[in-house]
Amino acid sequence: MSEAVNAAERESMEFDVVIVGAGPAGLSAAIRLMQQAQDAERELSVCVVEKGSEVGAHILSGAVIEPRALAELFPDWKERGAPLTTAVTEDQIYLLGDATSARRIPNALVPKTMHNQGNYVASLGNLCRWLAEQAEALGVEVFPGFAASEVLYHADGELKGSVKGIATGDMGIGHDGLPKDSYMPGMELHAKVTLFTEGCRGHLGKQLIEKFALDKDADPQHYGLGIKELWDIDPAKHQPGLVLHGSGWPLVGKGQEGTSGGFFLYHADNNQVVVGLIVDLNYSNPWLSPFDEFQRMKHHPLFAQYLEGGKRVSYGARAITKGGFNSLPKMTMPGALLLGCDAGTLNFSKIKGTHTAMKSGIVAAESVFAALDEHDSAGQDITAFTDAFKASWLYDELYRSRNFGPALHKFGTLMGGAFNFVDQNLCGGKIPVTLHDTRADYAQLTPAAQNQKIDYPKPDGKLSFDKLSSVFLSNANHEEDQPSHLQLKDASIPIGTNLPAWAEPAQRFCPAGVYEVVEEASGPRFQINAQNCVHCKTCDIKDPSQNITWVTPEGGGGPTYPNM
Amino acid sequence: MKIMVTVKRVLDYNVKVRVKADRSDVDLANVKMALNPFCEIAVEEAVRLREAGVATEVIVVSIGPKAVQEQIRTALALGADRGIHIETQSSPESLSVAKLLAKVVADEQPGLVILGKQAIDSDNNQTGQMLAALTGLSQGTFASEVKIEGDEALVTREVDGGLQTLGLKLPAIVTTDLRLNEPRYASLPNIMKAKKKPLEVKTPADLGVELRAHTELLSVEPPAERKGGIKVGSVAELVEKLKNEAKVI
Repeated sequence: MSEAVNAAERESMEFDVVIVGAGPAGLSAAIRLMQQAQDAERELSVCVVEKGSEVGAHILSGAVIEPRALAELFPDWKERGAPLTTAVTEDQIYLLGDATSARRIPNALVPKTMHNQGNYVASLGNLCRWLAEQAEALGVEVFPGFAASEVLYHADGELKGSVKGIATGDMGIGHDGLPKDSYMPGMELHAKVTLFTEGCRGHLGKQLIEKFALDKDADPQHYGLGIKELWDIDPAKHQPGLVLHGSGWPLVGKGQEGTSGGFFLYHADNNQVVVGLIVDLNYSNPWLSPFDEFQRMKHHPLFAQYLEGGKRVSYGARAITKGGFNSLPKMTMPGALLLGCDAGTLNFSKIKGTHTAMKSGIVAAESVFAALDEHDSAGQDITAFTDAFKASWLYDELYRSRNFGPALHKFGTLMGGAFNFVDQNLCGGKIPVTLHDTRADYAQLTPAAQNQKIDYPKPDGKLSFDKLSSVFLSNANHEEDQPSHLQLKDASIPIGTNLPAWAEPAQRFCPAGVYEVVEEASGPRFQINAQNCVHCKTCDIKDPSQNITWVTPEGGGGPTYPNM
Repeated sequence: MKIMVTVKRVLDYNVKVRVKADRSDVDLANVKMALNPFCEIAVEEAVRLREAGVATEVIVVSIGPKAVQEQIRTALALGADRGIHIETQSSPESLSVAKLLAKVVADEQPGLVILGKQAIDSDNNQTGQMLAALTGLSQGTFASEVKIEGDEALVTREVDGGLQTLGLKLPAIVTTDLRLNEPRYASLPNIMKAKKKPLEVKTPADLGVELRAHTELLSVEPPAERKGGIKVGSVAELVEKLKNEAKVI
C-alpha cells in the first residue's frame, strides 16, 4: 500500500481536541476539558483513541497511587466509587544482601519521598477503566481498539508544519503489506490541539521530540523496565495495605557492576499481592536478563514467604520513563502537547508516575481550554502551559527530586541512597547542586566478551516460570496476518553487529520472548515473534544499535491485562 | 423483510479463563468482555443481507444486565439498525432466553432470525433450536452459507463428509457456524453513529415471561495442570516407563 493510496482513501473527522492514549494523563486531560466546557456552557468535542482492545488492556503499573491529582479532578472520588480502596497500612524497605539475607532499613533513615501514608494499593488499569467511564459520562468520545499510527501536519498556509491531528492505522493489511478482504483504511482525526499521552516511549511522541527538537535543552531520557506479576496467595498470609520496597540482590555481585533497580511487593485486596522488579535500563552487562532476574528474585525468603502455596494470575511488563526533571523535554509545540510518561513526568524519588501524569493532563487541559476560549484556532503553540506547569506542585515535586536518579546512578545504591536521604529529608530536595546523567541507556552496554556471563537457575514452575508461560498470562494477542510491528532499520545488524559485539541482547532484554537467534545449518538467524509483544517498548529503548523501531500494530492487538 | 439477530456478552476470547478461588464460578471481575464471536458473524450476515437489498431492517436483541448494551452498541456500529435490550439481573439459561426471544419474534414478526450457534462461555448450543421449537418456525443450524430466494432460505450446513443444503420456508431460524463470513471492523464514524441509534429496554415482565431456573451451578473446576515432561536416557528406559508408569503398553 503506498502512502498516496492511503491518503486518498482516508476519511477524516474534526474535533476540538484529540487525545492519543487512554491512560491516566490522557483521561485526566479529557475529563478536565469537559468539566471546564460544562462550567462555561461551551460546546467542546474531545476524542480519545486507545490502541488496547479496551481501556486498561495495556495499562501496567505497580501500583501505589497518591490520590492528590485524582482529588483535584473529583473531590468526591470516594463517593463516586473510584477503585482506590486498599489504603497503605505499613511501609517496609529492605536491602537484600544475597539470595537469602535481607536487612530492613529503619523508616527514619528512608528518604521521605518513599513513605506512603495516605496512598493506596490499586490497579492502575482499573483506575483507568473508571476514569474512562467518568469521561464518557461527561461526553468524551473514547475509542479503544484504534491505534494512532501517524502524526498529521498542516501541509501549507499559515499553519504549515504544525500538528493537525493523527491518523489511525489501517485495519486488515496482510503480512505481505497488501489489503485483505477485511481491509478498512485508517481515519484522519483532525484537531485544533492534539495531546500525546502514549505512556513511556510513545512511538509518536518519539517522532515529535525529534521533529521539534523538544529535548535539545534536556539530559538524555532514562528508562527502567518494570516486570510485574499478580498472585492469589494464602489468605492467612495476606495483609491488605502492606507495602514492601527495596533493592540489592539479585542486581548485585559479580557481573552486576553497573546494574541498578528495585523491587516491590504490595498486598492488594481479594487475597492478592503484586510483585515486581524494576531494572534500570542503563545496565552495562549484555548477558543480563531482567526477566530471569525477576524470576530468581521470587525465591528469596522475603517474597517466598508470601508467594509459596499461591497461584500466579497475571504477568506483564512495561518500560518506565524515569529521567525526571533533568530529562524532561519541552512539552508544547505548534498544535500539540506531550504529557505524562510520554514526556517523562514520573517522580522517580517516589517511584510514582500516576499522580504526576494525571496532574500534567489537568494542567494541560486548563491551558488548552483557555487558549481555545481566547483564539478558537488550530495550530497554536500553547506556551502558557509551560508557565502553568512551572507554577504547579508538579514542577515543584519534580524539581525537588531532580537528583534522586542521577545520585543512584553516579554513587551507587548505598552512597546514592545516603545522598538522597540528606537531600530529601534534611534539605527538602533543595540541595543547590544538580547532578546530571548524560549518557543514553542504549550506549551503556559493554562488549559481551568483557562481561561475566550470568547463569540463571531453571524455573521451578511454582515460584519461577519460563517466558512463554508468562506471556501466556498477559493475554497477548495480535492478528497473525499483518506486517510485523517491530521494524528493523537494517535487517543485517542483529546478526552482523549485535551478535558478535553484545551476543544480541534483544534475546534477553525482551521480557516476552519476541526476539530469538535461531541456530540453523546456514548459520544464525534473527527471528521476531511479534505476536508475543506486550508493548513494553524496551527493544526500542535498549537496542545498542538503535535499530529496532516499535510501531503500532493493528488496533486492539497486544496484551489484555486484567487488574494490572 | 426484517431480520432479527441475537447477541450475547461473553468473556473475550483472548482472555485466559480463571476460576474463582471458592470454585463457585468463573472470575469475571475487571475482565474484558466482548461480543460472542458467533453472534458477531450473525450480525455481519444480517447486515450483508440488508446491504444486498434482501432485508430492510436489522434488529439486534440482547438479554442480561445493563452492561449488555455495550454489545448491542457494537452490533449497531457493525451496521444493525436498532436494538432491544431485555434487562435481567444475570444471564438467564437457554430455555428462558428462547422464551423471551419467542415473544420478541411474535412482536416484531421478522422474516429471518439469525443466532450464533453457541456462546463461547456456556457452550450450550441450544437456544436457536429451542426458539425454533417454541415458535414453530423451520430451522437451519450451523450455517456456512445463507441465500434468500423468494420466500425460501437456502442454508448450507457443514455435516460429516460434506455439505448439506436445506430449503427453509420463511420466516425461518438460522444459527451461524464459523465459516459463514468474516465480520468487518467497526469504523470510527459508525461507532459514533451507533450511539444515536434507537435502543429500547424491556423487562421479562413486559414480555409476560416468568424466568425460572431449571439448572443449578454446583461448582466450577479448572482443568488439571499439565505435569512437566522428563527426558529419558535410553529406549529401554522409555519402554520401561511406558509399561510401568504410564501403563499404556
